[in-house]
Amino acid sequence: MAIPFVEFALSNSPTAAFARYYGLEPSELDAVLRRALACGGDFADIYVEYREGSSLHLEEDLLKETREVVALGAGVRVVVGEQSGYAYTNELSAANLLQAAEVAAQIAAGPSRIEAVNLQAALVPGRYPVRLPATRTDIAEKADFLFAANQATRNEDARIRDVQVTWSDELRFILLANSAGELVSDTQPLVTFSVSVIAESNGERQAGWKNFGKRVGLEAFSRQQAETLAQEAARQAVTLLAARPAPAGELPVVLAAGASGVLLHEAVGHPLEADFNRKKLSVFSGCLGEKVASELCTVVDDATLASLRGSLNVDGEGTIPRASTVLITCGVLRAYLQDRLSARLMKLAPTGNGRRQDYAHIPIPRMTNTYLAAGTNDPEEIIRSVARGIYCKSFTGGQVEPAGGKFTFSMHEAYLIEDGHLTYPIKGATLIGSGVEILNNIVAVGHDLELDLGAWACSKQGQAVPVSVGTPTVKIARMTVGGQRA
Amino acid sequence: MSEELGTLAERLLAHARQCGADQSEVWLQEASQLSATVRLGVVEELRQATSRVLSLRVFLGQRVARASASDLSWETLEQLVRRAIARARLASEDLFAGLPEYSPSFPSPETLALYDPEFERLRAEEVIARARETERIGLSLDARVRNSGGASFRAVRSMVWGANSRGFRGHFRQSTASLSVNLLGESSSDGAQVSDYWYSVSRQLARLESCEEVARRAVERVRRQFGARKIPTHEVPVVFEPLTAAELLSDLFGAVCGESIYLKRSFLAESLRQKVASEYVTLVDDGLLPGGLGTRPFDAEGVASQRTVVIERGMLNNFLCGAYAARKLGLAATGNGTGDGEAPTNFYLVPGFSSAEEILASADECLYVTRLLGQGVNLVTGDYSRGAFGLWVEKGEIVHPVHEITISGNLRQMLAGVEQVGNDLDLRSQFGAPTIRIRAMTVAGT
Repeated sequence: MAIPFVEFALSNSPTAAFARYYGLEPSELDAVLRRALACGGDFADIYVEYREGSSLHLEEDLLKETREVVALGAGVRVVVGEQSGYAYTNELSAANLLQAAEVAAQIAAGPSRIEAVNLQAALVPGRYPVRLPATRTDIAEKADFLFAANQATRNEDARIRDVQVTWSDELRFILLANSAGELVSDTQPLVTFSVSVIAESNGERQAGWKNFGKRVGLEAFSRQQAETLAQEAARQAVTLLAARPAPAGELPVVLAAGASGVLLHEAVGHPLEADFNRKKLSVFSGCLGEKVASELCTVVDDATLASLRGSLNVDGEGTIPRASTVLITCGVLRAYLQDRLSARLMKLAPTGNGRRQDYAHIPIPRMTNTYLAAGTNDPEEIIRSVARGIYCKSFTGGQVEPAGGKFTFSMHEAYLIEDGHLTYPIKGATLIGSGVEILNNIVAVGHDLELDLGAWACSKQGQAVPVSVGTPTVKIARMTVGGQRA
Repeated sequence: MSEELGTLAERLLAHARQCGADQSEVWLQEASQLSATVRLGVVEELRQATSRVLSLRVFLGQRVARASASDLSWETLEQLVRRAIARARLASEDLFAGLPEYSPSFPSPETLALYDPEFERLRAEEVIARARETERIGLSLDARVRNSGGASFRAVRSMVWGANSRGFRGHFRQSTASLSVNLLGESSSDGAQVSDYWYSVSRQLARLESCEEVARRAVERVRRQFGARKIPTHEVPVVFEPLTAAELLSDLFGAVCGESIYLKRSFLAESLRQKVASEYVTLVDDGLLPGGLGTRPFDAEGVASQRTVVIERGMLNNFLCGAYAARKLGLAATGNGTGDGEAPTNFYLVPGFSSAEEILASADECLYVTRLLGQGVNLVTGDYSRGAFGLWVEKGEIVHPVHEITISGNLRQMLAGVEQVGNDLDLRSQFGAPTIRIRAMTVAGT
């Protein structure tokens, strides 16, 4: 696209572009913050966003449609104790923001405690540098990836029938100003490529898929990568044509390195979000310093990693993550995932995990890139140690209920292990367990930590944000496997 | 809310035509929301906002491109139109692409009871008060239920405008309010925490369940889980409570919508006019149900809403199609189009005659599923495996609650295995179902 705002934001800065095109000069933002705190309050912030995106979809060998999105808006939040007032608008102007500030201020009922904010611009790190923003690139180039992937699945195996390939990209410019005087802006790229196929043989149909997501520009993706992802999706679908029903009941489970990190995301990640713990809504409430997992477990959330989906230069409320957050060290609970509100109420430091889907939502504690640290076991040894169990390779997702700690995750590609060997693929099934129990049942952790590059999106309270997950090969002594063979 | 959206739609259609589009379509929506969440008596979040969003499709012959924006400045929009037309040239020629035929008649929005003017009088104080009262009652009914995830009241009203180059012009107003509460209890015997919630949604404020009712149901749902345990892995009859049965309906919708059929991504793709379920199963999608949450005069392509019987006493008689899938499959569009697939209107299982109590009492033993967790439904194969919470029932008597189990089967066998359908249809979302009993599913536990 050639929208002047975007051109200007790229060649100057988002802060300068919001000032030039929407009149959001620091002095105006200052006035909005003062208006927000006119009735009192501990803290106020403004989040301004301009997002452009495009997507292309191939299906039945046709490039069926392309799409462009332009979204903009801003929200004003006023925080008083544990209360938040929030208002947003998608007609950006200083006048509309002042009005939003007045509405948000309804949460408070006291005298103003603020005279001037004196905004000072803070520099952010550069964790996702981009040379060729994908949203700025000719659509024909991206279409080429789709056709290449489509062809690659069909070359991989004659049993591949339906193929769908989707590319999507976005570029998000954000500007944050708050009553603590911080003024921060960031440019956040995101690219997603996904391939989904159906293989068919003798009337049996099975799906396979593979996707990819990173905060990168077009220079970091290639036709060859598109083809590799496509081949992997095809291989998976064809493999599953031979899948037999999964067993039902309690069995040892070995998680393959990489995408299995989604289990940690559900079992540990969500229950360690500070809001659940502050409100005593999590099984881990009040457990800081206690042993909550097997000593083989060290769990880390790290927004500082380069270019991953969950990587952040600044979170959704102006906190710049400076280091990784070690949540669990050798089984002992060390930290929660904090946003500003929970950190203040719990008298702990913010960890830069206050994230929001967009301007229409307030920030809440969320994960970024979450993984289980590498152990010392040999991955092959781990499989050999299982007499009868399950080996899980890919997943469709999971869900947790933090209060009771029960969580599920659903396998897509998995195998039966018999006498230390993978014997045959099994049909998808859901695993269920309780977070604390599973953490204590981790009996081996491989040395092969892998961060998955899949396009994971995490959903909480109606807000979806991009995240990454990772794990080395892990053995869980037993878990309930929801197969059909009782 | 404004005529100006209608004027903007006309202006964009004219601009698209001038720039060379053969066909074009514009949708605009303006929404206002007011919501409050109260936790332990304190207002956690009070939110108020108005927002606008536009989406458009342009066609060059049989090639299509789309765009959407919340930046409604003319500079941005006219550029989006021009760029969409340029992109349409790059799309593949698709024989079935195009706007639906113009259908001049659709029901008047007034007869559908979509909008309640009482919403205009709603103030923040009342929204907060209702949430606060619901939570207060919820925390007063049982000494073991002492913590709360919060109670929320949310009211949204919106205006939808649609116009296309084949002559379609339509607009309607709608309103939706919801009241919900999430409560936590601690078992006095084993100290385990359990949580659950209840909610009510309605287009009419007066029809919303009362604060007392919402609180009472939430407490009841928490209370019945105290002392839950796993059960042995075996095959048993399974009874789904209406809200969990409704989740099955949402899975089934994905298996009967046109897009899954032409792509053969549904286990029902080749089963039209075949018996796919027991005679107790009749599934309907009804876009005309007065006051229904999915009710609307026309779909997102301007096709008039209708009532479609998808499965009639076990026979799969219709798929739900948008204009594209309809052309492709040689079927009729059913008013479920979204422009790039299908969405449900009010999709429900027609109730039978038995009460939930009679259904539970009719089996020697059964698992009564009260909540489902996670994914685990494969629509291509019909394979089904989900996490579940429930109650173990013997001869109609609840013996103990159950947790940390999965239920699994195959949707085709589950549909064929529906043995009883209750008289207690609950349509509080776009998916609705009464209590149902399925002959047998595999429970995985210990």
